[in-house]
Amino acid sequence: MSAQARKSPYPYWFVLPAGLIFVIFFLVPTVTSFYFSLTYWDPFEARFAGWDNYVQFFSEPYLIQGTVNTLIFAFLTSGLKTALGLLLAVLLTSGMLGQSLLRSIIFFPVLVSTIGVGILFKEMMHPTDGFLNIVLDSIGLSKVGFLTNPSLALFSVALVDVWRGVGLATLIYIAGLATIGQEYYEAARIDGATRWQQFWRVTVPLVRPATTTVIILSLIGGLRLFDLIWAMTGGGPGFSSDVLASVIYKQYQAGFWGLSTAGNVILFLMIAFIVAPLAYWLNRRAIDA
Amino acid sequence: MTKHLTTTALGLVFAAGAVSAQELTILIDNAPASIGAFEALTEAYSAQNPGVTFDIEIRPGGGEGDNVIKTRLATGDMADIFSYNSGSLFQALRPSRTLVPINDIPNITNINDSFLQTVTDGDGNYYGVPYEAAMGGGILYHIPTYEELGLEVPQTWDEFMANNATIAEQSDKAPVIQTYGDTWTSQLLVLADYFNVQSQEPDFAADYTANEAKFATTPAAQSGFGRLQEVYEAGHLNEDFGAASFNDGMRMVANGEGVHYPMLTFSLATIQQNYPDRIDDVGFFAQPGDSASANGLTIWLPAATYIPQSSENIEAAKDFLNFMASVEGCEAIVAANGATGPMLVDGCELPDSVPTAVSQMLPYFTEEGRTAPALEFLSPVKGPALEQLTVEVGSGIRDAQSAAELYDQDVAKQARQLGLEGW
Repeated sequence: MSAQARKSPYPYWFVLPAGLIFVIFFLVPTVTSFYFSLTYWDPFEARFAGWDNYVQFFSEPYLIQGTVNTLIFAFLTSGLKTALGLLLAVLLTSGMLGQSLLRSIIFFPVLVSTIGVGILFKEMMHPTDGFLNIVLDSIGLSKVGFLTNPSLALFSVALVDVWRGVGLATLIYIAGLATIGQEYYEAARIDGATRWQQFWRVTVPLVRPATTTVIILSLIGGLRLFDLIWAMTGGGPGFSSDVLASVIYKQYQAGFWGLSTAGNVILFLMIAFIVAPLAYWLNRRAIDA
Repeated sequence: MTKHLTTTALGLVFAAGAVSAQELTILIDNAPASIGAFEALTEAYSAQNPGVTFDIEIRPGGGEGDNVIKTRLATGDMADIFSYNSGSLFQALRPSRTLVPINDIPNITNINDSFLQTVTDGDGNYYGVPYEAAMGGGILYHIPTYEELGLEVPQTWDEFMANNATIAEQSDKAPVIQTYGDTWTSQLLVLADYFNVQSQEPDFAADYTANEAKFATTPAAQSGFGRLQEVYEAGHLNEDFGAASFNDGMRMVANGEGVHYPMLTFSLATIQQNYPDRIDDVGFFAQPGDSASANGLTIWLPAATYIPQSSENIEAAKDFLNFMASVEGCEAIVAANGATGPMLVDGCELPDSVPTAVSQMLPYFTEEGRTAPALEFLSPVKGPALEQLTVEVGSGIRDAQSAAELYDQDVAKQARQLGLEGW
């Protein structure tokens, strides 16, 4: 059923209040940000700069690494959250002992402030005095520079992000699993399907709407993630865990407001170009299925 | 009708408040020394002017503080008095459009001239009164270790590295402390090298501002990055250099867990606060360069206190700044915070007993030609990525040459933002 086919029972002026808020607080700033991305501006004045900011943004030496890191981070965390979320949801709907307690425990990190999670893990991952390294040391393994080793830092943050976000994915999957009727499993069992086959042939296809939601939400979240990285590494060491959002924030912090506005426009376009086709594709698959 | 009455009544209350308004609001950064200074100043001022009360508001430092200051200035929401950096950061506030000149306060003649040059708009208007001592950037060192190993204060970089080798050989202490958990601390070996740059290339700052000299192509300027690379490659750093914080660094040098800590001397206040009985164990020397005959100190001029044009209590605020620039006001600060270096108000004497590190720093100021201001006070061009680049060099991720090249690209953004000629 498409949206246009349905005639709205409400008159247009009903949407006026919400529409005004949308125009003033979303549409106007979005459009003006396109203008300001073409200027050198600070709180006191704006000088027209043409495309200089975009040229500068694309010639930033850290941009390539930031972009690659953003994509690695987004696809890695999205993939892990989807896979782990589904497995945990299957486990937590199996009627096992302590199921509701476990559900709460897994969902709990979602409720904690991201900055709080970041600071906590930053301390736990300290290269010499952190809890994780004390544990590694006590079982005879060498200490790991989780956040200080430039080739590990991004992955350490990604794992923390998965820990923090998998609860939400699990919750969405639990809701999705609840919509699958038991008769499908019964039919499958009568046909002699193993547990493994039931999972792949019944659960995975029928839970696709939930999968779509989880992938899109976590991918958008991963592409624009900033707070956790900022709290844990500040993009460091050096630039090794910089993502687009932290590159843009540092430009803003340095007072290059036009440049960082241009960066935000680019980030916006990039997310739109990745997510729009993906959403279209995933939704079509969902309908086909 | 009732509602109307209430608002009128409220309006009357506010109006009445405004008439007798002797409350000044002050916005300062969260450094303990700033808080100590303003608590002492406001107390001393209120003792003389019982009608005036103060509301001190604390803001974060660093880049976050920059945003708070700029946003509040732009929206006219600034406190009556606020503290902020002098030099290139001060210029970015567009002083002639946002701040009140203080040329007419009587005590302005007390303020050190070279300081006033860092809080002027270039048209003869001055805007700020300092409340901290001038700082040196150099090497804090642990005196008991030096005595134990029979080391001498190095006059050249080679002697410094020889001392490091001796320390590494004969003790289990870290010869050089680095603390990249607070990324700004990684810049010291580059920034504090500026005296050595200037002694070899006297015109560097002017040429650099005009886009004619570069870090990557001026060997004297590039050597700061080189020194950072050298201490890393020699394996002289503390084990947790990648995650240690500024406070960890101060603890290490005060307790002798490490021996050399490249740092600004404002940090002595931290030792005084946290390890008062160790303060005389910590000494200070300028970052040595290639030749012993040109040995001197790179200095930083401190932050200042300004009045925004949006203030409704400009006269009262000026009177307070006038008090800050008096010997009495300055001595109130010294009494509260101790002495970390020469104060910038004429006639404001330091107490007879100052910490060892301070007494080792003062001669640089009194001897002719032994100080040079840091580059950021001579040129508005400073790139924001320096601290990430120095972390990379100091952690062996990038070499000095490549970092200097990237830094040259980085500063171009600042020059364009400021609209400088030749970029």
